[in-house]
Amino acid sequence: MTEVKLTVNGVARSDEVEPRLLLVHYLRETLGLRAANVGCDTTSCGACTVLLDGESVKSCTVLAVQANGRAVTTAEGVVNADGTLGVVQQAFREEHGLQCGFCTPGMVMAVTGLLAENPRPTEQEVREGLEGNFCRCTGYHNIVRAALNAAARLQGAVPSGTVPSNTEVSA
Amino acid sequence: MIPASFEYEVATSAQHALALLAEHGEDAKLLAGGHSLLPMMKVRLAQPAVLIDIARVPELSGIRVDGDEIVIGATTRHADLASSEVLAAEVPILAYAAAQVGDPQIRHRGTIGGSVAHADPSADLPMTLLALGATIEITGPAGTRAVGVDDFFTGPFESVLQPDEILSAIRVPRHRDDKAGAGQTWGYQKFVRRANDWAIVGVAACDGRVALASMGGTPLRAHATEDALRSGASIQEAAQLAAVGTSPGADFHADADFREHLARVLTRRALEGRTG
Repeated sequence: MTEVKLTVNGVARSDEVEPRLLLVHYLRETLGLRAANVGCDTTSCGACTVLLDGESVKSCTVLAVQANGRAVTTAEGVVNADGTLGVVQQAFREEHGLQCGFCTPGMVMAVTGLLAENPRPTEQEVREGLEGNFCRCTGYHNIVRAALNAAARLQGAVPSGTVPSNTEVSA
Repeated sequence: MIPASFEYEVATSAQHALALLAEHGEDAKLLAGGHSLLPMMKVRLAQPAVLIDIARVPELSGIRVDGDEIVIGATTRHADLASSEVLAAEVPILAYAAAQVGDPQIRHRGTIGGSVAHADPSADLPMTLLALGATIEITGPAGTRAVGVDDFFTGPFESVLQPDEILSAIRVPRHRDDKAGAGQTWGYQKFVRRANDWAIVGVAACDGRVALASMGGTPLRAHATEDALRSGASIQEAAQLAAVGTSPGADFHADADFREHLARVLTRRALEGRTG
């Protein structure tokens, strides 16, 4: 067993883990944070996406010990302090950026990471930025709208709820 | 899938990593981003008894200029290559190629040294470094040796890297603008059927060197094309020779004939300076 000390959604954690424990299993099983899903388990689908020191990573391909000393953020961690949805989550809700919802926590974190690196992405940059996240309901158009909506909100360009839901998105 | 059990060691310096490798022998593997190794461990294609984590060794990371070369530490991540100002200015093909690896999440973890050491013949960076004429810096018990990229890859997922050695850095020649203001002449082509796949065929062309991915057991130079260009052939003529001397495999994506066709078409596009 190896000791890991890290911050998860702002809370300091310290646990003895097996070195082979994957970060996604540490989050889900050890900490009970079930937002990050295990989809493909092969670094492809992005359902397990979380932020590691602010950058999107696929937590099925990170060992918990590799996160030692670092800060992890999951979809639980972007909920507002009063329990309401965070900006990116609210944008997904407004644009109906989900169908079955399985990919959504990973999508939300990928968008959160993308907008941290590129606060004003074009539609094409959103599509390329979400290359590592699969939606098998194929709801991509609304997911792209949600990302652009979130970008506008975070820029303060658009007050909440005023981005038209039929924002032009090319096919 | 969960990897088989292993011991985990954190190296604090390159020398410490070498000592740990010497202590544990061939049962040990180096871990940096883990984006080639961990997937292999999950499916038991790799089952090391010890993982030596070199991701926290500062001296193995970073991009710096050293005379006529740019030295890239082995654990420098794809995302860092893609956003590097010095690479964008002097070796733009490498910054571009790094941005083609996998997806953003993978580029936040995967490293150049890991990609090269993994020696996947379909990968972006090995092909690109071959086109650049890079030098692979290897540190072992007897010191550091430099291996030209043309001599580094020996087969699919095989290289001259020994179990007691660390791939410590990659050196690429600088391409400073000449007096006429001309930078690198380069093109990059990666044919995939789906976003984020491996190249069915890839071509990296840079200043007269042409390298191919997925056209044999290692990344390959298109020597016949290069020779033709030096002899004054047109791009169209030279590209027709791109598949000469290659030995592409067949899989459900493409048979060998189709790969040879792709190599010719993509080589022409790359030599025309196109990306895609």
